[in-house]
Amino acid sequence: MMIFIVRRLGTTVLTMVVVSILLFLLLEINVEGVAIKVLGAYTNEEQRNIWLEQHGYFLPVYVRYFDWLGNFLIGNFGDSIRFKVPVGQILWPRLGNTGILGLATMGVVVPLSLVLGVLSGMREGSKLDRTISVTSIVTTSVPEFASAVLLSAVFVFYLDLLPGTSSMSDGFSLVQLIMPAMVLVLYDFGYVTRMTRASMAEVMMTNYIRTAVLKGLPYRAVIVRHALRNALIAPFTVIMLQINWLLSGVIVVEFFFAYKGFGALLLEASLNQDIFLIEACAMIAVFVAVATQTIADLGYTYLNPRIRFA
Amino acid sequence: MTTDGNTYDGPILECRNLCISYFTRAGEIPAVVDFNLTLNQGDSVGLVGESGCGKSTVAMAIMQYLGSNGGIVGGEVIYKGRDLATLGDEELRQLRGNEIAMVYQEPMASLNPSMTLGRQLIEVPLYHEDITEKEAYDRAADILAAVKLPDPERVMASYPHQISGGQQQRVVIAMALLSNPSLLLLDEPTTALDVTVEAGIIELIAELAEKFNTSMIYISHNLGLILATCRRINVMYSGVVVEHGTVDEVFDHMRHPYTHGLFSCIPLPGTDKTARPLVPIRGQLPLPHERPRGCYFGPRCDFFQEGRCDKPTEGSTIPIGPVAAEAGHEVRCLRWSEIDWAAYRPEGLSSESIDRGKQVLAIDNMRKYYELRDNSILAMLKGKRTKYVKANESISFKAHECETVAIVGESGCGKSTFAKVLMGLETATDGDVAFNGKDIARLPVQDRSPEQVGSMQMVFQNPFDTLNPSHSVGTQLARVIKKFGVESDQDKIEQRVMELLDLVKLPRDFARRRPRQLSGGQKQRVGIARAFAGNPAMVVADEPVSALDVSVQAAITGLLMDIQRTYRTTLLFISHDLSLVRYLADRVVVMYLGRIMEQGATDEVFAPPYHPYTEALLSAVPIPDTSIEKKRIILEGNLPSVMNPPKGCPFNTRCQRKVGRICDTDVPPFVEAAPDHVIMCHIPIEELRAVEPVIVQVDKG
Amino acid sequence: MTDLAVQSIQRESSILRALKSMALIRESVVGMIGLALILIWVLTALFADAIAPFPPNATIMPMASPGTAGPDGAVFWLGTDHIGRDILSRIIYGSRQVLLYAPLATFCAYAVGVPMGLAAGYRRGMTDDALSFLANVILSFPVLVLYIIIIATIGASAVNIVIAVTFASAPGIFRIVRGLALDLRNREYVAAAETRGETPWRIMFVEILPNARGPLIVDACLRVGYVIITIGVLGFLGLGLPPPDPDWGGMINETRQMAMAFPYMTVFPGIAISSLVLGFNLLADGLREVSLRD
Repeated sequence: MMIFIVRRLGTTVLTMVVVSILLFLLLEINVEGVAIKVLGAYTNEEQRNIWLEQHGYFLPVYVRYFDWLGNFLIGNFGDSIRFKVPVGQILWPRLGNTGILGLATMGVVVPLSLVLGVLSGMREGSKLDRTISVTSIVTTSVPEFASAVLLSAVFVFYLDLLPGTSSMSDGFSLVQLIMPAMVLVLYDFGYVTRMTRASMAEVMMTNYIRTAVLKGLPYRAVIVRHALRNALIAPFTVIMLQINWLLSGVIVVEFFFAYKGFGALLLEASLNQDIFLIEACAMIAVFVAVATQTIADLGYTYLNPRIRFA
Repeated sequence: MTTDGNTYDGPILECRNLCISYFTRAGEIPAVVDFNLTLNQGDSVGLVGESGCGKSTVAMAIMQYLGSNGGIVGGEVIYKGRDLATLGDEELRQLRGNEIAMVYQEPMASLNPSMTLGRQLIEVPLYHEDITEKEAYDRAADILAAVKLPDPERVMASYPHQISGGQQQRVVIAMALLSNPSLLLLDEPTTALDVTVEAGIIELIAELAEKFNTSMIYISHNLGLILATCRRINVMYSGVVVEHGTVDEVFDHMRHPYTHGLFSCIPLPGTDKTARPLVPIRGQLPLPHERPRGCYFGPRCDFFQEGRCDKPTEGSTIPIGPVAAEAGHEVRCLRWSEIDWAAYRPEGLSSESIDRGKQVLAIDNMRKYYELRDNSILAMLKGKRTKYVKANESISFKAHECETVAIVGESGCGKSTFAKVLMGLETATDGDVAFNGKDIARLPVQDRSPEQVGSMQMVFQNPFDTLNPSHSVGTQLARVIKKFGVESDQDKIEQRVMELLDLVKLPRDFARRRPRQLSGGQKQRVGIARAFAGNPAMVVADEPVSALDVSVQAAITGLLMDIQRTYRTTLLFISHDLSLVRYLADRVVVMYLGRIMEQGATDEVFAPPYHPYTEALLSAVPIPDTSIEKKRIILEGNLPSVMNPPKGCPFNTRCQRKVGRICDTDVPPFVEAAPDHVIMCHIPIEELRAVEPVIVQVDKG
Repeated sequence: MTDLAVQSIQRESSILRALKSMALIRESVVGMIGLALILIWVLTALFADAIAPFPPNATIMPMASPGTAGPDGAVFWLGTDHIGRDILSRIIYGSRQVLLYAPLATFCAYAVGVPMGLAAGYRRGMTDDALSFLANVILSFPVLVLYIIIIATIGASAVNIVIAVTFASAPGIFRIVRGLALDLRNREYVAAAETRGETPWRIMFVEILPNARGPLIVDACLRVGYVIITIGVLGFLGLGLPPPDPDWGGMINETRQMAMAFPYMTVFPGIAISSLVLGFNLLADGLREVSLRD
């Protein structure tokens, strides 16, 4: 088991390294381009070359890469072209905001989906199951920008219950968190519910559940003691991977509701060719993705006795 | 102990005119019709039949667990005087596991993989009786000892996948017996186990039934098992009981043509093909929604009388009636009293023996090791990262043209690996394999010429998987013909496809059908046609009939033998079924843990001198013949792991005739008991010759 | 048997077979509804010129509410946007791009992902390790992040979007196909093909792939739905397909600011895209239901 953990972590590190190389090559291989983006299009070649020389851009590629990587690991991401401050200064608070939004979303999605998924999986084919299934399909068909629009029309325009933007300019406000979180929850819970349902339905069809019933256990005990501990293994992995998905999902929502989060930052950076900010955001995003995947893998191994005690 | 405490002395279970149906989108399909059974306390009854006869359905109906699409549509199931259908959910729950318990076919699938065995065991008394967890734990440990599991505490703390199949089944049995049920249902409890492990389980069940005075219903397709464990037997066919009585009555004086047919297509290890040819039952099992009018067995019966046997007189079929002078023996046949069994000589499989020709296969000291990289920290510290799985070791034997050589062994003995090396899917690590003069030991299949590939082909085990479900039968056969270079012209290829279908006695229009439209037996016929497409010199048949019903097995076996005779092919028949091997093999090779333990002509291997393992195998095979007395040899312990075979003789950990330390340290030599009959054992050959035969024919006075 | 019988081993044409299996969808209500939704949009896209009451980019009458009549008497059934373009016509014309590029991009992704997945699942060993690692690297990027970086770097155009979708979706397809191949390679008919000496590629494409088509068809439907959403999101973020044809996501983005006063400008394109994606999702669910019943 230990060996497995070590090897998995090794793969994680290797993935991060490869990703960093790819990103670096993609964005910084063309030094001219970098100079133009940093200094602006209206500089002449001489000015650019001076700047490039100063910042070590004429060194060989691999030297630059390791410099960059070294800086990166200690948190020195360079300066944002647009905001004119060190990247870290903008990045971390924004990441924190997205974290709050993510927490709020997951806090609703996880219990909701697990409960709905288990209930519908338990009674496959029943009215409850069909209702939940169809609802899940419908909600996952509505993209976030569409549901943001529809929900805004309802709650902000017609009912005037909630604020239309969530810029939190007067400090943290829970009310402003509701709309973005609601949009995310609406889109996401359907998928997790369906995965949970599939897992539960599969478990209910197994022989060992039949054994449990024919042993004379009460139905509640069969579900709680026997079914759930097997059925919830797969949803755990799915939920971990949803955290990964959230990093994509928040982009649209933050953009729509003007929420000062990490996703909106990445979008702005990309649209404005703010290289160092893009690099930092992308690396953070990938790190979170890889970390959650690793935790999902390790967690799955831990929860599944067949693998854990091979 | 049962909770109600009062003494009840009537029959434990009574099924009266039970009718069970499944409700599908195609309508109501009757699964069981007119089922009657009376089980008294301490008695044991066997339900025997082939697939689709409804025996498992009966068990589920007794448990009242037919699923959402099945239901009892007629009759009653009465347990201790109470109609089970009238019980509420809570009362039913109290009966289950407590008074009526069940043992299942696949032990691994029947145990919760995420829960320790101890927790699964203690649940039974905890939820039925008012005891503490500690008491439940102790009871569980006791019962594990009663089922002869070594180290019960360790087993209680383990997960299901950490113990072997035989041990898992013992746990399932223990779980069923924990609350001392009055009725025990066993649904094919040993089908998934090796035959030597099976023997141990059977003995255990018999002991426990006697000790606890449990009434048993034993469901199986294996007549020999029923004979060994039950007092009464019910033979089922297509949803109805066609004959029932005590085991002696039914086995010695069978009355129903189906029962008779069933017995005639089972080979017995005591006789060979000339003395008692197999007689396949013609025709096919009817589909549940297409049962014939009147007697369900009619279309396949040699005594069918039109106008009489196809007129239903009771419900949809004919009634069951008593056999005169034998109380309790009933048969569902209108003509039973008219049949003269002594004069009945149906045509069996041809038993003409064929002369063997020249040598086609010579294997000399073949070894096949698989490399495994051991990634554990221990191995890294020791510096030995590569471990070897010694799948085949010191394999030497010869096969001749038109000979049938059987390779016998249980799981893990290396027979599949051996087949793979022959077919070129693996290459031998060492040794020579000469086929028709050419060495193929290290020649993978990609490097072999099409003629070479076509001259050695394989028939596979699982007919349901052996054909690609996405292509038609004709397409698949045509591909094979083309690949082996037999024909290249499109018309000639199609012609050959037709010829092959004729060869395996399938209608020509099957060429356009997809595999899912064929039955298991028909699929296997196509598999055989595929193997013979290139006029092979040798065919390796890997358990070709094990997955088929008994009546189909005989037909397919006969087909193989016929084709072999026509083409003069060498047949390498891999099987664990010793009775079948006795029937059709000329030579037998017995393998255990990668080595050959004994090999020789069939008659010689099946008679003393035996290798101790052969002896144990022979003793473990259940034989459905009341005139046989079998020596009882139960092997202790489990099959050792292939990665860690015992030093010295591989069989020494379980051998019932272990000599002493020499068995632990030295690999035994090959001793010649007769020309071409070798045994690998330390025991002197004279001692082995003096051993009594395992299977003895007894005169029933 | 006569020659006629011999000649009549017809290999059923694969198109005929595909049509027959499609007919199975009739058995699922949910699937039929999905199919109907898709067909409505396909017909809309095909006959856009005939159906749309106005040219999609003609600025006629700004901010007309739904149901008002235009200067020629033709009605703006869904109203007009802030610069006067008829929303219904824009929605109708917008379906064309989506229904062209989403299936195309999905197909390209399959063309890349399927051979890779088959090779990894069947061959295992180094091939599997290398391809899986590559797929994992790509999958490490949160999807939208990947799209944004790619589009921001190589620019937004139809071809680039197809490339981006292929790049981002192929690893997911790879994983599914690999899983199926890992399972199917243990079947006996694969072993039978191996004992015949068939080449690995033939085994992968002739023996294994046809038996994986069930889950793959379901996945394909779902994936087209995801790609439609992706195209919509990119349009919404300003990274979408360039003009002239209107882009549903872009429509919402452009009229976002006025959504408070004129919600219909954003709601109707939202319903349009949701209904199309719903069609594919329902079809996928129906296909899955039908394949389980088989």
